[in-house]
Amino acid sequence: MKIFFKPFLILMIFLSYSFSLSAAEQSQKLLEPGWSFKGFFGKFDRAQLQRGYQVYTEVCAACHSMKYLSYRNLSQPGGPEFSEQQAKIIASQFEVTDGPNSDGEMFTRPGRLSDKFVGPYPNEQAATAANGGAYPPDMSVLVKARKGGADYIYSVLMGYEDPPSGMILDDGVYYNKYMPGNKIKMSQPLMSGAVEYIDGTVSSEEQMSKDVVAFLAWAAEPHLEARHKIGFRAIVYLLIITILVYFSMKKIWSRIESKV
Amino acid sequence: MSDHEYTPKSKLGKWFNDRLPLLTLSNHLQEYPTPKNLNYWWTFGGILTFCLITQIVTGLILAMHYVASADLAFGSVEHIMRDVNYGWLMRYVHANGASMFFLAVYIHIFRSLYYGSYKSPREVIWIIGMIIYFLMMATAFMGYVLPWGQMSFWGATVITNLFSAIPIVGESVTNWLWGGYAVDNPTLTRFYSLHYLFPFLIFGLVILHIWALHIPGNNNPIGIDIKKPSKDTVPFHPYIVIKDLFALLIFLIVFAFFVFYSPNILGHADNYIEANPLVTPSHIVPEWYLLPFYAILRSVPDKLFGVIAMFAAIFVLVILPWLDTSKVRSAVFRPLYKQFYWFLVADVLILGYVGAMPAEGLYLLVARIATAYYFIHFLVILPILGAKEKTLDIPMSLTEPVLGGSPKEAMVKKNKEI
Repeated sequence: MKIFFKPFLILMIFLSYSFSLSAAEQSQKLLEPGWSFKGFFGKFDRAQLQRGYQVYTEVCAACHSMKYLSYRNLSQPGGPEFSEQQAKIIASQFEVTDGPNSDGEMFTRPGRLSDKFVGPYPNEQAATAANGGAYPPDMSVLVKARKGGADYIYSVLMGYEDPPSGMILDDGVYYNKYMPGNKIKMSQPLMSGAVEYIDGTVSSEEQMSKDVVAFLAWAAEPHLEARHKIGFRAIVYLLIITILVYFSMKKIWSRIESKV
Repeated sequence: MSDHEYTPKSKLGKWFNDRLPLLTLSNHLQEYPTPKNLNYWWTFGGILTFCLITQIVTGLILAMHYVASADLAFGSVEHIMRDVNYGWLMRYVHANGASMFFLAVYIHIFRSLYYGSYKSPREVIWIIGMIIYFLMMATAFMGYVLPWGQMSFWGATVITNLFSAIPIVGESVTNWLWGGYAVDNPTLTRFYSLHYLFPFLIFGLVILHIWALHIPGNNNPIGIDIKKPSKDTVPFHPYIVIKDLFALLIFLIVFAFFVFYSPNILGHADNYIEANPLVTPSHIVPEWYLLPFYAILRSVPDKLFGVIAMFAAIFVLVILPWLDTSKVRSAVFRPLYKQFYWFLVADVLILGYVGAMPAEGLYLLVARIATAYYFIHFLVILPILGAKEKTLDIPMSLTEPVLGGSPKEAMVKKNKEI
């Protein structure tokens, strides 16, 4: 067993080296509010995701699309888990362009579960033009598309401050502590009370930021819960079979005069 | 395959084996005499075979759902992640599988460097291995382009642009690679096609690699020639099979940890932003396993010479069996080489680190020194060491101890007790 530890140790050094590589560039220390979905058994908080969806749809969705999500996702296991009925009602509140019909005309109809989230703008150019030349990024995978992930998005939402004296900002540009370069073209989106939560939770800036980021984290990784669950089982299974194979190996090698 | 004559027991088996000696091959693989002192660094050959098969199987499934089109590729990857049953698992295994494949191949290569496995009579195994390694890098690079994220696009732009450094024909070669005047849809579709092809080339080369290995047999930690079969060897099955399996399972636990608990840690966040030819990421970095070569490339101020240096870094490995002139294989008996070996390991790690950093200031200086040392190690130190180094006494066989202090004395003693 002793000879086996040395390679393992060196392997671990290699791994920690690659971890330090990926962590090397972080400059501003991000806020870490703590997430229910982190860790070995991490799961989403359903109520939080439902509140997060409310924040998204009432605030963010005014500018940000989420084109890879469908309304049916809202009722799928591992997500906000609205009932199918609720998801149908949510979908039907949006107008979807469909067609062409048998007359060759495009028409609009209420959204269905199978429809993708309806975006605020017809295309990227329209979105850019309407937002002073800054395209509000699609939010489907935003959490995975930013270094620091959920912590980073949360930090940006909480990072609006008055610019330091001497710093002059153009019109439509805001100071943000956590944005690279400290300049952001999005005005502070979440002021206290921006939404009125259906479940009665007090909508503080912090609460809304946390809720919406949790929702975005789910949107970016909708199978996270399944992944954690399967992963835990897979690793336990591997550990058991590894131990069994270890003893079989010892037994087999005991037939000859050598150590393994 | 001339160990001894093998005759199948059954009549049907004999009939078949006379026409296609598959049973002889199977028998050879089982009985293949293997040095019994192989340590766990020798298990990475089996692990690598597993990695290759995993990549091919998961890749096959991903290819059923992926769409190779500049407009649809990014969306089709999201489709795999969201809508395809266990698509997320297939993609994360494939993406992290590439990293695990390279982790294993680097261990495999450095094991070979430590124990002198590339030396006569195993030069051909080594050269085939280097071709496999080169094809792996090409395959991984093209695979990273397929999701058509920002890093895919800009990585492809940077790497393909290297060919424009070739004098006179550079530009036409680059345009030929792109299938146009910039990285675009034709580039993506041809990369997809080649990304599908290369693993099968690698597979073929792996068969040659193993075939070439089975002619002289395995090297071993002591690095001496072993009489085969003898009491220094064990049959491959079950001894090596079970040991390889045990090591593979440990490797799989690490693999599973990445796939299930930090599947994106080895990737770059920018690759979850769809490719945009109008926006350049703040700094473009390749995947971690290519970083040492990227550092070498950037450490040379001239583009053409940078490209030459990068390819030369691989080429010196190919001709390594003739650069290292020492007759002693294993570093166990080469006290000086052992030290230089660890310097090289550190040097490559440093190159990897500075490869991830912006090429400026101190980083650039360190990259230049590390690049220079890399070449000095292979082109100067190794040939000199072969002539000058005073090596330790080498045992005659694994079971016959040497007189005097051998670093493996403990093991030798233990064998003697038995």
